[in-house]
Amino acid sequence: MNIIFSIFPYAIAYTIPLLAASLGGLYSERSGVVNIGLEGLMVMGMFVSALTIYFLQPTLGTGALWLGLLAGTLGGAIFSILHAVASITLKANQVISGTAINMIAGAMTVFLARNIRGSGNISITLGFIPHDVPFLSKIPLLGPLFFSRAYVTTWVVLAILGLSWLLIYKTPFGLRLRACGEHPQTADAAGINVYRIRYIAVIISGALAGLAGSVMLVTYSGEFNGSVAGLGFLALAALIFGQWKPLGILGATFFFGFAATMANVSQAVPELARIPGLILKAFPYVVTLIALIFFSRSSQAPRASGEPFDKGKR
Amino acid sequence: MNRSRDIFTALMAVFLGLVAGAIFMALSGANPFAGFYYMFRGGLMNIERIGNTLATATTLVLTGLSVAFAFRTGLFNIGAAGQMLIGGLVATMMALSNNGALPKFLFIPLVLICAMLGGALWAAIAGFLKARFNVHEVVATIMTNWLAFWIVYYVIPAYFKGKLETESARIPFESSMKLDWLTNLFNGSYINFGVFVALAATAVIAVILNKTVLGYELKAVGFNRHAAEYAGINVSRNVTLAMAISGALAGLAGATYYIGYAVNMQIGILPTAGFDGIAVALLGANSPWGVLASALFFGLLHSGKGFMNAMTKIPPQIGDTIIATIIYFAATSILFVRLYDFLKKKLKKEVKA
Repeated sequence: MNIIFSIFPYAIAYTIPLLAASLGGLYSERSGVVNIGLEGLMVMGMFVSALTIYFLQPTLGTGALWLGLLAGTLGGAIFSILHAVASITLKANQVISGTAINMIAGAMTVFLARNIRGSGNISITLGFIPHDVPFLSKIPLLGPLFFSRAYVTTWVVLAILGLSWLLIYKTPFGLRLRACGEHPQTADAAGINVYRIRYIAVIISGALAGLAGSVMLVTYSGEFNGSVAGLGFLALAALIFGQWKPLGILGATFFFGFAATMANVSQAVPELARIPGLILKAFPYVVTLIALIFFSRSSQAPRASGEPFDKGKR
Repeated sequence: MNRSRDIFTALMAVFLGLVAGAIFMALSGANPFAGFYYMFRGGLMNIERIGNTLATATTLVLTGLSVAFAFRTGLFNIGAAGQMLIGGLVATMMALSNNGALPKFLFIPLVLICAMLGGALWAAIAGFLKARFNVHEVVATIMTNWLAFWIVYYVIPAYFKGKLETESARIPFESSMKLDWLTNLFNGSYINFGVFVALAATAVIAVILNKTVLGYELKAVGFNRHAAEYAGINVSRNVTLAMAISGALAGLAGATYYIGYAVNMQIGILPTAGFDGIAVALLGANSPWGVLASALFFGLLHSGKGFMNAMTKIPPQIGDTIIATIIYFAATSILFVRLYDFLKKKLKKEVKA
């Protein structure tokens, strides 16, 4: 039980960027655009935010972290326009365009970092410090699990999750978004501008993936090095695992976060050290594959996801 | 389909990729012309460097064929990196266990067959899941990539550890794919038997795709799954088989890379050649000979970027940036297709008038 208490804060810290990126993927896929470029968008967000913080930190201190988050979010949003243009306007294969996004981000950010800094890494000297939430952390059981040593960014991302749920299920925009992903021709006939909705959705997904990369930077990573270690792909898996629903995604990302944290800390915990590392590391991926098999029968995937919308086609 | 149009769009993508590269070089305060001069010089200036360019291209030909073959059947194999790791792991394990027991001329064919089987079985997981349960192959291969990554991460240090914790023991020359006469011919470059494997694979894949019933069926499944099924083609079997063949090619890439090009197997790395294979396949319009040509070009970029970095201080990542930009433009090829059709129409009008 003590192990669970001690790794919970780490698991949450690991989950949050994953959750943000996965929510990004949710917007894009719900509008009918597959975004396999989440990984690259995260890298871009992390890079822009690292650069911002690196330059502003000496003068602004902790305030630079917030600006960094904002800059990373914007960076991801702007970079995602590349994907939007390719997959919406130019009707490119969305998976290929996403792959290009991943490769461009990985190469270009390190290229720029080396030009600006002389090395491919950018470290920031201080990040957010986890705090116990006053009062709430005193609640038995729940307090130590959810409200101790929490990062402020965790609450930001959870707020975005709540807002996303409202936006997607309770607003006209959300209805249009979902219509574009299910049956764009019908949406078009109902007078919805499918292209516009899809653009907005892809840009939101870029913003959230950028935020995810920035959150990673200011919480547990502290350094940009041109990679987010496959987290973007994991976010994509969480999106499917969570069956394209905000709360499902929350569950799926937390599962991944917890599993990955167990694997990462296993060496330090005698109870876990007995399990071979390979099994712990492979666990989330194997479970995802198995889950995909079970879900494939009753998949809730947006029906038009991955198909370019062609106004002339009926 | 339309060969001259494919070539036109590929050349446009390359051209725009190089322009983007030039802009980035200029941004970093260097003269782009000097940058490209040293990049191409770095890949071609002497026989040893030509050998290295060919050796780099070898891996890319094989991963490019792997991705292209899957594409022709309508599958996107993003898992070439993982299949390459499994093939490479099989080859490394065999090479480090051989100890000269088998002579090279027997050992190398055996390794190639086993690495192919390894890659094929690994890819067949995703193929089977797609065929039987309709699990999307992109997601499945992303998962199998990371599984392969972690398998290598734990197996190499546990059983085949070298001097460092993060690499395997050095592959002895008796079980390496490097050949005495070839290495000498190219003044000690990385070139190895894999070059011939890549050429042979290109020819074999071209024959399979264009001259056999199997290739016909696979392409039919790629064009229209339902029509193919209606025509009596077993779609499930073909999907699994296509992934397996695609994986076999990536497995070959792994063998030639890890016991030919490299001297040992590093852990903790998903080989970038697996992803570059996507670029190679796209640029080569998924045709085997197109793949060969584009792999040579990318091989040149990769092997020249180090020299360029030494001579001009342009970071070597420019090579990857150019390749990535080329994929982006290859993906948006509809622009150039329109341009091509427009130019063709205009040309016809002028001829008539």
